[in-house]
Amino acid sequence: MYQVGIDIGSTAAKAAVMNDGNIIKTILMNTGFSSRQTADEIYHMLEEEGIHKENAVYVATGYGRVSVPYADRTVTEITCHGKGAWHLFGKNGTVIDIGGQDTKGIALKNGRVMKFVMNDKCSAGTGKFLEIMTNRLGLTQQELSEMAAKGNPITISSMCTVFAESEVISLIGKGTPREDISNGVVESVVNKVVSLITQVPGEQYFLTGGLCEDPYLVERLSKVLGASVESCPMARFAGAIGAAIMAVE
Amino acid sequence: MANHDLPSLFDEFVDARKMGFLAAKEFKENGGKLAGCLCSYTPQELLDAGGIAAVGLCGTSNETIPDAETVLPKNLCPLIKGTYGFALTQKCPYTYFSDIIIGETTCDGKKKMYELLNDLKETYVMQLPQGQGRSYANDIWYEEVKLLKEKLEEKFGVTITEDDLRAAVKKRNELRRAVLEMYHLQENVPPAMYGTEMMLELQKGTFTFDLDKQIDNVKSLVERAKAAYEAGERPVPKSAKRILITGCPTGGVIQKIGMVVEHNGGVIVCLDDCSGERTRSKLIDEQADDIMRAISDTYLSINCSVMTTNEGRLENTKKMIEKYKVDGVIEVVLQACHTFNVESYKTREMVEELGVPYLKLETDYSTTDSGQIETRIAAFIEIL
Repeated sequence: MYQVGIDIGSTAAKAAVMNDGNIIKTILMNTGFSSRQTADEIYHMLEEEGIHKENAVYVATGYGRVSVPYADRTVTEITCHGKGAWHLFGKNGTVIDIGGQDTKGIALKNGRVMKFVMNDKCSAGTGKFLEIMTNRLGLTQQELSEMAAKGNPITISSMCTVFAESEVISLIGKGTPREDISNGVVESVVNKVVSLITQVPGEQYFLTGGLCEDPYLVERLSKVLGASVESCPMARFAGAIGAAIMAVE
Repeated sequence: MANHDLPSLFDEFVDARKMGFLAAKEFKENGGKLAGCLCSYTPQELLDAGGIAAVGLCGTSNETIPDAETVLPKNLCPLIKGTYGFALTQKCPYTYFSDIIIGETTCDGKKKMYELLNDLKETYVMQLPQGQGRSYANDIWYEEVKLLKEKLEEKFGVTITEDDLRAAVKKRNELRRAVLEMYHLQENVPPAMYGTEMMLELQKGTFTFDLDKQIDNVKSLVERAKAAYEAGERPVPKSAKRILITGCPTGGVIQKIGMVVEHNGGVIVCLDDCSGERTRSKLIDEQADDIMRAISDTYLSINCSVMTTNEGRLENTKKMIEKYKVDGVIEVVLQACHTFNVESYKTREMVEELGVPYLKLETDYSTTDSGQIETRIAAFIEIL
């Protein structure tokens, strides 16, 4: 039997297939407008590889977990990111998941979620904040981080994404170098994430979600938290991997 | 009850509310006297003794909040905005038909809102002391209760006698005992009913101004649930995680939080808000020499976060966690409720010291954060 975890996030949809405790396949795509359609697409992609209802158990997670009609079960992304991070890192500590609309801190002990925090309705410190700022600066996420690393520190004081965007616009208008603005944008996210995460402190931290391959962000998080922050390319699939693990449990 | 269906229960509740509206109109047309109440500190025995029906007016829906925000600040508790909004828009017949509204100086938001509410409908505000600890605190409240008696006698042209008060105390105690018996059903493992069912029944009660009927309703619900349980019916699966809800009044979040808990593998076994056991378990001494004093002392002993200090609440919550074999505690903080929000730090500390997981939800009556709230609640139940 295969175990399939499907994580329909607000921005990206991820799938992970496991067999005998090993990850044998992953899928990453944009969620797009219809979670339902995205979920169906994932099903067909896997079906073409011989993974289907007869030989697989499906667990759905993420905000779109209710839009996966073929799921045998749904589990929240908190539990899944916890399980997934445990699979990837295998250590006690706190998972930082920066998602498209939510940022979460999940305290892990011996593979179990002990406690968690989640941002409120506000999108400060989430992927949405970065998405809006990269669009405004005409950069990709990778370019933003590379520029930020070269920039001089400036402060973007508005916490609110909408107000921060107008702050960025006025910085652009004043001719502030893109490197400096990028630096301020990343710092804003880091500070907001850290103030949330310190409510569930850990001896070490693991970054999951779409920003897992952003060395500058990892470096800044680690510096501000004063602790090691680990990540790996597979960490963007942590939710899906956790869901696949839940298919066995 | 075997076919537990929360949405239909909620429909029934809405129907009860509507029926209550019609009854209120009829009641008033037949010369009935009606007072709107907003808090468990209101000594309702005085109203009963004066032949004045008491009806709960706490805003529990988002419906009139946009209207309220034309006058009140946006960053204010939804209960306060809702209460004011219903008076402003005249959309709540209970508020509309009330002859007077009785409030208390509980939190700052309510206290100042009452000044504005008074322009829409006569509002009489009782002044609570800031805490129960001072030697003269009980005297303050005793004087306030006496003033309320005078106010009611003058306003309604009635005389409130000692015998009337004793009879009222007896009846209210009967209601308290009935409600307590309903709460105690949840001590069973698994509990005898879903908590939202209880919450709706209690809220329905606040729309009824016939006290005897209210007592009968609760008693018959208890009898039905008891008989069914004894006959082997188990409406709640044994696997359901036992949740205690504490914090702000929950009347406005029964669907948003209560039902979500019970749809995601939880069951509310203890309602620890101001309509819960912490308030209802306080019976008034029917034989007291000074019945007014017995009334005022009992009401003042209610543990609310507006009091400083408020250790009694935590001690009681601790007892409830043990008594109801609670798996997890969810604290509801209504947006901008400073007193419960600040106090939640102590609640968390106390709960976690017991080794029980704790989740705080800060929310309002709107649906804007329903998705996040559901994820939090479901994840919380998953870790239990």
